[in-house]
Amino acid sequence: MATAMGERKGIDFIGIVKEAAITAFVVFVLALPISGLRTTAEIGGLGVHARWDKVAMYMAIAFVGRIIWSLFLETRGRHRRESSESSIGKHVQKYAHFVGPALIVFAVVLPFMPFADRYILDVSIMVLTYVMLGWGLNIVVGLAGLLDLGYVAFYAVGAYSYALLALNFDLSFWVCLPMAGMFAATFGMILGFPVLRLRGDYLAIVTLGFGEMIRIILINWYSLTKGPDGLSGVPRPSFFGLPFERNPGEGVESFHGFFGIDYSSVHRIIFLYYLILILALITNAFTMRIRKLPVGRAWEALREDETACLSLGINPRNTKLTAFALGAMFGGFAGSFFATRQGFISPESFTFIESAIILMVVVLGGQGSQIGVVLAAVVIIGVPELFRELQEYRMLVFGAAMVLIMIWRPKGLLAFREPTLRLFEVKKSGLFGRKQASEAAE
Amino acid sequence: MEYFTQQLINGVTLGAIYGLIAIGYTMVYGIIGMINFAHGEIFMIGSFVSLIAFLLLGILGVTWLPLALLIVMILAMMFTAVYGWSLERIAYRPLRGSPRLAALISAIGMSIFLQNFVQLEQGAKVKPLPPVVTGGFDLLGEGGFVVKLSYMQILIVIVTTVLLIAFSFVISHTTMGRAQRACQQDMKMAALVGINVDRTISMTFVLGASLAAVAGMMFMLYYGVIDFFIGFLAGIKAFTAAVLGGIGSLPGAVLGGMLIGLIEVFWSAYFTIEYKDVAAFSILVLVLIFRPSGLLGKPEIEKV
Repeated sequence: MATAMGERKGIDFIGIVKEAAITAFVVFVLALPISGLRTTAEIGGLGVHARWDKVAMYMAIAFVGRIIWSLFLETRGRHRRESSESSIGKHVQKYAHFVGPALIVFAVVLPFMPFADRYILDVSIMVLTYVMLGWGLNIVVGLAGLLDLGYVAFYAVGAYSYALLALNFDLSFWVCLPMAGMFAATFGMILGFPVLRLRGDYLAIVTLGFGEMIRIILINWYSLTKGPDGLSGVPRPSFFGLPFERNPGEGVESFHGFFGIDYSSVHRIIFLYYLILILALITNAFTMRIRKLPVGRAWEALREDETACLSLGINPRNTKLTAFALGAMFGGFAGSFFATRQGFISPESFTFIESAIILMVVVLGGQGSQIGVVLAAVVIIGVPELFRELQEYRMLVFGAAMVLIMIWRPKGLLAFREPTLRLFEVKKSGLFGRKQASEAAE
Repeated sequence: MEYFTQQLINGVTLGAIYGLIAIGYTMVYGIIGMINFAHGEIFMIGSFVSLIAFLLLGILGVTWLPLALLIVMILAMMFTAVYGWSLERIAYRPLRGSPRLAALISAIGMSIFLQNFVQLEQGAKVKPLPPVVTGGFDLLGEGGFVVKLSYMQILIVIVTTVLLIAFSFVISHTTMGRAQRACQQDMKMAALVGINVDRTISMTFVLGASLAAVAGMMFMLYYGVIDFFIGFLAGIKAFTAAVLGGIGSLPGAVLGGMLIGLIEVFWSAYFTIEYKDVAAFSILVLVLIFRPSGLLGKPEIEKV
């Protein structure tokens, strides 16, 4: 319908109004049962309560919106979208050497900025947690091209291993952190081993199933995990053995006492902020380095063409397994950070929505782009945070935004994939200008 | 033995519902090769529409049950079909030909949107409906344990069977069905011989949604309680069923649905009810490992 309109010369007002009327009618049919007739609890069962005003409002919005959209398309032309798609990504990639360090410097000085109050820091910690998760999942989805819809399972394993180890064996955060990572990685291997032969969507649905299974087990294994009640009193981390408490108890020196500064509750927040910043940066550095190792190259090769890799003697399953396990490990790290930050964890925190959000961070960022993940995490976690008051509409808008952003930029915000390795240096003069490059490629 | 028969009956009933939803998944996957993640939500909307239709009929005074059921079913199919159509139009058509992940994310987004939309409009509380179809037969009554076969269960199985027969007729004998199968094989080629691919894909969504609507209606009548969240788990299980039966295969979807229903019911009956979902997923994993193309699916031949 819309394409037929685009071919005509001039603006076809009657056509536009007709289109808008059809849209309004569809909205009427859609809204009539669900919005127009609200079921209400009454004495002796349910009653129905009609709300025509709401249906009329939706229809009006659809009608006007459709007209505006058609006019916008008519004046703007329909074919611009494709060309501009990768150009932003290309530019950002070009300046990545400056953007990356600049962002890091900004992140480091953020807690000392005058505007950085406790709320800003809390949101930043959230964003950084998702940046880290996004970078971890990027290994699996972006580099190895494995669609994982159950990443939250590893996040949960990390969180519960830290909480259980700390509560039952009284181990410190720094001892538990690597162990949580190891547990999550082992888990990734156990889960990955049988299913990594599967491709694409099958893998997606199996990982989704695993994510749900872990959650169901967490809910039902009451003796270990306290089920839906969750684990509370998870120990907070300490600064090299110095706790962040006003009165840490007999014979224990506290952080503020040791440094001779006044107690402030924000110290712990700042510490947590730096902790997740460092963890995230480690994830990033690790990913950047491993991309250049044979295994990293094998991941990217597998993503592009599995059959070709087989013929080159790459073992797809083992290669995928490493990606899966490493991604899981970082998920586990992030999970234990989550547990220590919250001080309380329950299966509620590890639902499918969480997996979807992390996956969206990766996909929206442009798969494989590290800076893209940061940008996407800020957009997805930070922006909804600004609209906290509209709590009930948050997920609604979130879902709609997911659809719209994907339509607007199907390849992600920073979609530009530079080959890690080139056989020939590509010259601007075209086919005959190719020159063999020895080690110029990165 | 009585206990076993009872569970068998329950399992088949549940399996019929899963099978109806699974058809929607398998058709969409067959034709455009993507998981229609929001299909579970379409099922949920179907059950809400039928709940509302039922209440309205009650107010209007339509009390003859077969007529009421028929009207509710038709209304639910119609309204839900529009949802299916719009879903494809808004969230999937603009993304045809983009990376698979983008389409998947868009589908997940749509699923979140629909869930929250229904929650906002209809409230987060569960909606109970007093049993409409009551009564049934008592079979195998010896030994204190009576095997019950309720009219509702008979109704579910009969409606499912009738719909499946009608549906396979549509697919195998009508122009639209032929177009649908042609698109499933090769979309470009189908377009070259003059098949309207866009319309065919739309019709696939419409058909899938109306079957899901019937499943939603029967779910509502069978369990007597629905909320905005039922689509998620039912959707995953129906997809599992579709994969289990071999994705792209219609009889496979029904078979898979039956198996998932039976596994779930028997697991709850003989082992632990808490882990019934785990059981369904474990079976899925096992099947995928040993028979990746599903029970009735054709093995995918890989072209280089």
